[in-house]
Amino acid sequence: MKNLTIPEEELMLPGHTACLGCGATLAMRYALKALGKNTIVTIPACCWAVIPGVYPARTLEVPLLYTAFEVTGAAISGIKNALEATGNDDINVLGFAGDGGTADIGIQSLSGAVERGENVFYIMYDNEAYMNTGVQRSSSTPKGAWTTTTQVGKVRDWKKEKKKNMVEIMVAHNIPYAATASIAFPEDLIKKLEKGKNIKGPKFYHIYATCPTGWRISPSKTVEIARLAVESKVFPLYEVDHGVYNITYMPKKNVSVKEYMLPQGRFRHLTEDEIKEIQSEVDKDWNLLLEKEKWTQSLNKVQ
Amino acid sequence: MNDDFPTPITTEPSTKNKTGTWRTFRPVIKYENCIRCMICWKFCPEPAIIIVDSNKYVAKNDAIKKLDAPEINYDFCKGCGICANECPTKAIDMVFEESLEE
Ligand SMILES: Cc1ncc(C[n+]2csc(CCOP(=O)(O)OP(=O)(O)O)c2C)c(N)n1
Ligand code: SF4
Ligand code: SF4
Ligand code: SF4
Repeated sequence: MKNLTIPEEELMLPGHTACLGCGATLAMRYALKALGKNTIVTIPACCWAVIPGVYPARTLEVPLLYTAFEVTGAAISGIKNALEATGNDDINVLGFAGDGGTADIGIQSLSGAVERGENVFYIMYDNEAYMNTGVQRSSSTPKGAWTTTTQVGKVRDWKKEKKKNMVEIMVAHNIPYAATASIAFPEDLIKKLEKGKNIKGPKFYHIYATCPTGWRISPSKTVEIARLAVESKVFPLYEVDHGVYNITYMPKKNVSVKEYMLPQGRFRHLTEDEIKEIQSEVDKDWNLLLEKEKWTQSLNKVQ
Repeated sequence: MNDDFPTPITTEPSTKNKTGTWRTFRPVIKYENCIRCMICWKFCPEPAIIIVDSNKYVAKNDAIKKLDAPEINYDFCKGCGICANECPTKAIDMVFEESLEE
């Protein structure tokens, strides 16, 4: 008898070349458990382009097409349309890109695909920097973080700008479904992808994927840090289903932003006051999310 | 398709690559403490934990003895320690590899 809370089938093989404790691999493992064998994956330049190993190695049990950095949205559109034109309507097409490949360089092709209403899945696995090329800042790097292009030391040039909110950008496109998810909550992540199978049109997922190498943490803490991000409300779990917000996990433990940041080397330089400032921004964003949920759910009842 | 420029296709499964050689610390399950919750299996990023028949290991108690058990595949385990960190009963020890070699 099996005591499992997520599907047993593995479509990601071991022997891949991700760092120890890589959160991005967990994101892929869970995504394929949800979408199943009948899936085609597209990956641009990112850590995941390297993780399957050196040619001719493959680590996925489903077809995988590599594309250029900026075209994931276009590539999945083309694949999906070609499949539909040849009568293969039941194949899930998934774009799987990093935060740099999504929030920065790939945003135009993603925007185009979503605006055209392509019937595809798009996952941004968010390790909060350009990791494959050695930890450079992206627009999804959180405020306060050290990266190799936001140095600390005497200059104290750590990232001063807030993280770009990709789910809101997708909502502004009137996307049928957008959600956040976390590698620490695989049941919630898988449920959201399974839900997407019954929604026609673009589905966007922002998945928090701890990077122990770039965040300067122990690889054993990958899941623990991801859980703290959710519990501290730094990374809330929610979905926006046809414009209606729904928080899918209510933080239970009253964890402060400081408790989330303190174990991570990338935030080590921050002073009490700087952490306090970030805490107040997190509180504000959380309260806004609660209001959006209340407001959109009440609007939905009126209709 | 143009034969002068064949599309490169990856064919070899990555399981040929035994990433267990990367390991510095070895996770060792103390089955007498294991409640077979499979949380370690769920969070392994390789994945290097497999599900084996309930009878393969002695169960902690009768209540769980019909549940299938976790087993670590050391061919692929990189020794990240997530399983040990997440295990609710602290049933996994991380042991320095060099201390195991004779
Ligand atoms: C057009 C282009 N510019 C730059 C690169 C070099 N490059 C390869 S991967 C990468 C970083 C990718 O970062 P991200 O999308 O965040 O994924 P991660 O590596 O963090 O998983 C860069 C800059 C490239 N391959 N193509
Ligand atoms: S750098 Fe980070 S995201 Fe990339 S493979 Fe290593 S742990 Fe994973
Ligand atoms: S997490 Fe711990 S108790 Fe649960 S199955 Fe694994 S070793 Fe056993
Ligand atoms: S140490 Fe890491 S790689 Fe090894 S079995 Fe545990 S979770 Fe998997």
